[in-house]
Amino acid sequence: MRIRVQAEAFDMGAELDGFGTGGDVGAVVSFTGRVRGTSGLTAMEIEHYPGMTEAAIAKYADEARDRWHLADVLVIHRFGTLAPGDPIMMVATAARHRTAAFEAAEFLMDWLKSRAPFWKKEIGPDGADWVAQKDEDEAALDRW
Amino acid sequence: MLDIYYFAWVRERIGEPRERVETGAATVAELVEELIAREERYALAFADLSALRVALDQELAQFDSPLAGVREVAFFPPMTGG
Repeated sequence: MRIRVQAEAFDMGAELDGFGTGGDVGAVVSFTGRVRGTSGLTAMEIEHYPGMTEAAIAKYADEARDRWHLADVLVIHRFGTLAPGDPIMMVATAARHRTAAFEAAEFLMDWLKSRAPFWKKEIGPDGADWVAQKDEDEAALDRW
Repeated sequence: MLDIYYFAWVRERIGEPRERVETGAATVAELVEELIAREERYALAFADLSALRVALDQELAQFDSPLAGVREVAFFPPMTGG
């Protein structure tokens, strides 16, 4: 299991190289989130709660691993100032079958979005605004 | 002594990321009442508790959670990771 919270950019190809290469792994799923450059957005600032962030991610990664019998899990989430197109975070799961790998990745994304202590601020031509939580993001947790 | 951390717009409204307070509050709600009574900037930050979340020793908690034995309290808006 690999969990990292960092300011630096990451190379998703390099992260996946060698991930989930165990003998009984039949499926590797990965998701990468990037900063969307819509509405003239010029930068995104991500704040986090050091300590609690790593613990919250580890808790959901452990839960995903146990529930879908994952062979491996990877979560990387950045903080600091990011530009449009920059990778924000990535999740990867390795399992025997693809259904488990896809579901576990979606489970992790849903929980990280609403329960890992990160806060996004969008900076654009008209100033800066904290991103508000969407009702559908909270509702997405119900299916798990 | 209690360490209080503020994040995102709560931090901006209060004007500092962290402070150490001496408190006799038994619950998070009582602590919030004490802070609000102190200065206007706290009243502004804590105006709508339904828009806030709280963590005790880095675990999500409720506003009626007890503070006994707690060393670190954090207040912040709903999280927007991912």
